[in-house]
Amino acid sequence: MSSRDSILGKIRSLKLAQKPLPEIPDFKGAADLLQAFCTSIIGNKGEILSTEELVKKLESGIYPLVYSTDDTFEKFSNQALPVDVHSFSKLDLAILKGQFGVAENGAIWLDDSELRLRAIPFITEHLVIVISRDSLVTTMHQAYDRIGDQHSGFGLFIAGPSKTADIEQSLVIGAHGAKSLMVVLI
Amino acid sequence: MSHPQEATEFLKDSAKSRWHDDTLWFIRDKRDKMSHSVPEWEDLRDLASSIKDNVLGNLADYLEEFERNATKNGIKVHWAADAQEHNEIVLSILKEKECKAIVKSKSILTEECHLNPFLEKNEIEVVDTDLGERIVQFLGQPPSHIVLPAIHLKKGEISELFHEKLNTEKGNEDPYYLTQAARHHLREKFLAAKVAITGVNFGVAETGEFVVCTNEGNADMGVHLADTHIACMGIEKIIPKRTHLGVFLRLLARSATGQNITNYNSHFRSPEKGKEIHIILVDNGRTAQLGRENFRDSLKCIRCGACMNTCPIYRRSGGFSYKSTVPGPIGSILSPGLDLQKHSSLPFASTLCGSCTDVCPVKINIHEQLYLWRQEITKAQGTSVKELSMMLGNGVFKSPLAYNYSGKIMRLALKNLPKSLIYNPLNVWGKQRDLPAVPKESFKEWYQKNRS
Repeated sequence: MSSRDSILGKIRSLKLAQKPLPEIPDFKGAADLLQAFCTSIIGNKGEILSTEELVKKLESGIYPLVYSTDDTFEKFSNQALPVDVHSFSKLDLAILKGQFGVAENGAIWLDDSELRLRAIPFITEHLVIVISRDSLVTTMHQAYDRIGDQHSGFGLFIAGPSKTADIEQSLVIGAHGAKSLMVVLI
Repeated sequence: MSHPQEATEFLKDSAKSRWHDDTLWFIRDKRDKMSHSVPEWEDLRDLASSIKDNVLGNLADYLEEFERNATKNGIKVHWAADAQEHNEIVLSILKEKECKAIVKSKSILTEECHLNPFLEKNEIEVVDTDLGERIVQFLGQPPSHIVLPAIHLKKGEISELFHEKLNTEKGNEDPYYLTQAARHHLREKFLAAKVAITGVNFGVAETGEFVVCTNEGNADMGVHLADTHIACMGIEKIIPKRTHLGVFLRLLARSATGQNITNYNSHFRSPEKGKEIHIILVDNGRTAQLGRENFRDSLKCIRCGACMNTCPIYRRSGGFSYKSTVPGPIGSILSPGLDLQKHSSLPFASTLCGSCTDVCPVKINIHEQLYLWRQEITKAQGTSVKELSMMLGNGVFKSPLAYNYSGKIMRLALKNLPKSLIYNPLNVWGKQRDLPAVPKESFKEWYQKNRS
């Protein structure tokens, strides 16, 4: 007998009591979504920037290699989407669009359609995500309602920059992924 | 060595053990503050617990549903009855890909299966990419905590280690500097790896997708740069529907480290173009635990580590004292099911204060299960010294005269007997502790004098 059949057989032989799935109630969450979202992002060690603030940073030239999928900042993009994402290993900044943000924790949902190559938000040195103010939802429950039965091969919530506290619990921003997360709300 | 003996070793460095205690309490405190900021926190715990009840009652159906959907999405599903089979499956994939070096993100399951030594024996280089895990891997140690693998180490030790392994400046203990050194070192490994291994936080039956949560982004760095992703998942990690992720992701990071959410929460449903995803569903004792009515609920665990951070014994004895892949209260109810003989001292490494149960996001009755395991172990081992003293105590409490006199005798004895007799090896409690000064009279005597 295969391991598959023996595992399933063992479980079925136990004849365990079946308990119903609970209904998830409609939990309220924060009234001021924008304020709650911004507080969450800052708490996660991300930053909130206005369009003008980001433009200023981009014009200052601190990010030599920039890739953008967002129309507003496209003129600053000097990198094309590569065939192999390894060639983005020196990328300084990626500007990606997010689908929506979650007020309770600052998480922003992106899937294959925004990412194009899944490694981009991780391999880039710095990351900007642009989302619409109108896209904010209150909690993770509303977030999954909003995702619904969307079928993407990959999707993720990004809530902040790459971070670690593995050395004596001292918080360090910039472990393996992007060293900063800047969020622009439009 | 038993848990008390291992704990004694840990407590020898009193400054460090004090730091360990305080640091974990600090994390417990952060968890409290964070959970109190969510008004429906207790509702979420109830929901999570009920969802897991439903999962355990229908596990076979959900596993089949998961397999069907994952396969439809182009994921290759494997089944492993035990650690050996799990390791063989990983090796066979690596051989097929002619891969000699892998990157791996945090997976307690692969620790449980002892995958690293197995692969190394087969001449495969394994690089753990979570910073804490890389540190303990350099030292040849297992993680001492499931969320904070290197919590038993001080930055001075890590600085010395990195000086030796990564050629960092001698004596530079700055956590930022050390983390950047690891970032550069691991980036090379990420860019070169062809196969990446991850654990799984949740597998969703309805969609066939699975979710991996990290703060460092190391799981994603590994899998998106590699051609092949191998995900290792215990069969109990299944949840029925995508909408249930909302409940669990609200609980997991808040319980683990007192964060709102982990910074990266990745949902894998099908491989990127030209790449492969394999998932290995592992039993390794889980179906046996499912058959133990008293201990079944231990399988609800989502591996947040909150019970460790709050446990007065874990905080004061360190993860290694448990000699089990999952230490702390939850480990002490999971591990005896795997090897009762080896882990027989673990259910006694608890004050039964119940704090673990209070913080558990899926409401596992951990302290009650610890108590039940004690009974199983005592049955298996016969009468112990502790039991004899309980019998003696029972006799004393039955007779008022014996009770009165025993108090007088003890007060006298504790004052006058040599310390070596009071803190003898049979009195494990006396280790590292001093009794308070003995009063001259009993409370009863004091009351009669002052209140009558």
